[in-house]
Amino acid sequence: MDLYENKSSKEKIKRDASVNDRIPDGLFLACPYCGAQMYNKQLGEFRVCANCGYGFRLQARERVSLLTDSFEEMDADIQMTNPEFPGYAEKLARAQSQTELGESVLTGLATIQQQKVALGVMDSYFMMGSLGSMTGEKITRLFEYATSHRLPVVLFTASGGARMQEGIQSLMQMAKVSAAVAQHQEAGLLYLVVLTDPTTGGVTASFAMQGDITLAEPHALVGFAGARVIESTIHEKLPKDFQRVETLLENGFVDQIVPRESLAPMIAKIVKLHTSLEE
Amino acid sequence: MSADILNSLKIFKRELTPAQVVKKSREDRFMAREIIDGIFTDFVELHGDRLSGDDMSVIGGIAALNGQPVTIIVIDKGTDIHDKLSKRNGSPEPWGYRKAQRLMQQAERFHRPIITFINTPGAFPGKEAEAQGQGEAIAKSILESMKLTVPMIAIVYGEGGSGGALALATANQVWMFQNATYSILSPEGFASILWKDSKRSDEAAAVMGLTAKDLFEKDIIEYIVPESHNHPRVFNLIRKRLDDEIKALNQLTPSELVKQRRARFRAF
Repeated sequence: MDLYENKSSKEKIKRDASVNDRIPDGLFLACPYCGAQMYNKQLGEFRVCANCGYGFRLQARERVSLLTDSFEEMDADIQMTNPEFPGYAEKLARAQSQTELGESVLTGLATIQQQKVALGVMDSYFMMGSLGSMTGEKITRLFEYATSHRLPVVLFTASGGARMQEGIQSLMQMAKVSAAVAQHQEAGLLYLVVLTDPTTGGVTASFAMQGDITLAEPHALVGFAGARVIESTIHEKLPKDFQRVETLLENGFVDQIVPRESLAPMIAKIVKLHTSLEE
Repeated sequence: MSADILNSLKIFKRELTPAQVVKKSREDRFMAREIIDGIFTDFVELHGDRLSGDDMSVIGGIAALNGQPVTIIVIDKGTDIHDKLSKRNGSPEPWGYRKAQRLMQQAERFHRPIITFINTPGAFPGKEAEAQGQGEAIAKSILESMKLTVPMIAIVYGEGGSGGALALATANQVWMFQNATYSILSPEGFASILWKDSKRSDEAAAVMGLTAKDLFEKDIIEYIVPESHNHPRVFNLIRKRLDDEIKALNQLTPSELVKQRRARFRAF
């Protein structure tokens, strides 16, 4: 019987998922996309996997300093004033202190390689970039400002979707921001979306998919429904690259996948192609 | 006005708990075809999105409301088990939303008011739905309906599940049936995300504020349709009220209609 039961010698060597927890100070990292392990320093200032080009998740302020020549924050003081839902106030306070943001999006006036834009960057480290009513408010104000000052909007999306703790108010943000996008569009102005990892749920089902031009970072996960929800609905295992932007590109929902280090020149080029006639 | 409607209709005398309302909202109290036939005349169904197919869970077409031509879009959960399976219990596919967009554009062209009836657990979470851009389909429905220069009224008559419901509910007015719900997610999903336990759905329902009464008090909706076992009575009431409200909205210029709709959502 031993012959049949002794399987231990054939046990597969699996990628150790807890590796990031056991090695101090993030000295070593595993790429969440390809699994390759590397020195933290190997990621470089853009924090990109040397093996597959996946861009590690950035905090909004990191992104802004990598991307812009100058940045003037707007509506920095806007934040939720009456978080009623049990436990919400604590979660919010923790997120705020971790990210140095009032809400899950950072907005402001920026120059990217001499091009002036209204810039919004969502932060997946702030309650998973969820769409709270103040997130929606900041993005709406960004569009309103851009409309009245005739500026293009560049928005980096990163979100787990709606913010459960705010209930229906969170859902209404999808409509509120969309109304501001419509107004901006009708003014003949450019709205450029950059999809970053991960962009899902209510954000995908609204302003992430309303851009005139849609760029994406390599291997970013972008979709509407969660993979687990889909698997349990259709009782089928999903393929590996399901909801990766490479698949979205193939299906016609993304204009280009741009490596992180090339984003600033690409954005500047596109913005310039939209403003040269006016000035 | 808020207390006025609640009192004058006297509809909350025997108030149900939110969990009971959730259960009720999922019962087939009113069927899609019944609503269409009960409120409108001369219904002509129009199929297909002209791009990839025809989603049977979204019924669309033109009809007359007291003689006035309107475009109607109705989410249908289906009647028997086979019908329900083919309509995924009222969960539209991207091509269902694109059919709705096509009919909205058509309504715009012929200056017809748009009335939507919503009853969905949510947009369908499927493999093909994702490949065909479920997110984009909803996003575009919302964006395009923010630009319509005709009156639009949305009525949630059963479940109003998340983005899949919102896609057809960015209107000048949103109404709900007395026992309908409208929420960010199902109570089961909500409990499983926040508490990692979908069995606590009754508890979730209680804190989510998803009943018509809750949403009316928070100014998320404009009107609650009182329900009765006497369906013709309910339909007569809806017809009368739709007629009145559309007449009032028609007093606005096209740009005022757009402005009113955007301002309605800007307030949130």
